[in-house]
Order: sequence, then C-alpha cells, then structure tokens
Amino acid sequence: MSIDSVFVHKMWVDHELSKMVKKGIPFPMLSDVGGKVGTAFGVFDDVAGVETRGRFIIDPDGVIQGYEVLTPPVGRNVSESLRQVQAFQHVRNTGGTEATPSGWRPGKLTLKPGPDLVGNVWKVWKTEMERD
Amino acid sequence: MAEEIKAGCARPTGGLVGEAVKEGTATQQEEKKEVKPMIMIGRKAPDFMAPGYFQGKFINVHLSDYLGKWVLLCFYPGDFTFV
Repeated sequence: MSIDSVFVHKMWVDHELSKMVKKGIPFPMLSDVGGKVGTAFGVFDDVAGVETRGRFIIDPDGVIQGYEVLTPPVGRNVSESLRQVQAFQHVRNTGGTEATPSGWRPGKLTLKPGPDLVGNVWKVWKTEMERD
Repeated sequence: MAEEIKAGCARPTGGLVGEAVKEGTATQQEEKKEVKPMIMIGRKAPDFMAPGYFQGKFINVHLSDYLGKWVLLCFYPGDFTFV
C-alpha cells in the first residue's frame, strides 16, 4: 500500500515488476491516496506526504500481532517477516500453550510457559540457539 | 470477495470503514490533525477499504475480506522506489 494511485500501480507492475516476478504479483497492490489508512496505522509521514516502510502481521481474527516500521532508505527482510508469521501461527495452533523463544524457526525448540519454567529456561534454552 | 471497479477519470480513493465522509475543506483539515493512530498489538486492526490493482484488474479491497486468513500488510513510500 502506498499513496500512488491504482493507475501508477498498474504502470509499475506492467513495466517493471512483471520483469522481476514472472507469474505476476500474487497480492493486491493497494492505493492510499491522501494517506488516510496510513495515518490510522501510524505510518503516514504528513510532512513528506508518503507512507514509511510499515509492515503489520494481522491474524485470522483481524488482530495485529506485530509490526515493524522503517524510514524509507532501509529495506525490510522478507525472511524475518515470514519467520514471525510462522511463529505466530505455531503459537496459535498450540492454543497459546507453547511460546517461541528468540531465534525460533519451525522445528526448533519451543517453550511451555508455566511455574516450572521460572528460573529454569537456562536448562533447556541455550544462547547459541538464538542464531541460525 | 473484492469487487472489481471500473477505471474512470478520477483516482479512486479509499478510507477507514465506518468513518463518515466529512464536508467542507476548512473543518476537514482541522479534524484531520486530530486523527490519531489507532493501532496497538493485540488489538484489532482498523478496517479499511482501499482500491487496488491485482492481476490486471482494478478492485476494491476491505481488510475484513481477509478475516480467517493471515495478512501481511505492507506500506512503502512509493512505486518505482528501489529498496
């Protein structure tokens, strides 16, 4: 979503993005002319008149589970966004009985929060597990 | 789920769902200043409607169209930016 019109989106897709993604962009490119939606999400810079690089993870109930906002010159990390989605999906699928510690990826150790874990995280989770 | 829109001469715009359209330019600008971010993790995302371009068509998208699915909503400064 950006402040560009849908017509500009079409030009960008047809003339540039289609050369990068052969099957076409698999999601709608949304237009927020005037920045109303961006303002509601706190990512519209009303001085520059553009959206900043905000990324929101919204769950199937419409609840915001996480967000990240960067100033324009620095791009995002798609892998990290996907990792976070996978982690939130795992937590949801376990009904909140499991939590994903720092650096978690699918298949890695999860934690089961409860009285027994207090003061005992060090026994099961090692700092090097934070890294890939 | 998302209805197709006809490409007219005006630029289609969207907005928040449930927000009344305000009349008058002077009051509109004053009220605009009072719009505060409505977001908080763990709370519902504000529903919105926005025109979009998707697979060769212009469509209207509501965030609420995606209830039941995971959504990654990304804002960016502008088309043809290079990061």
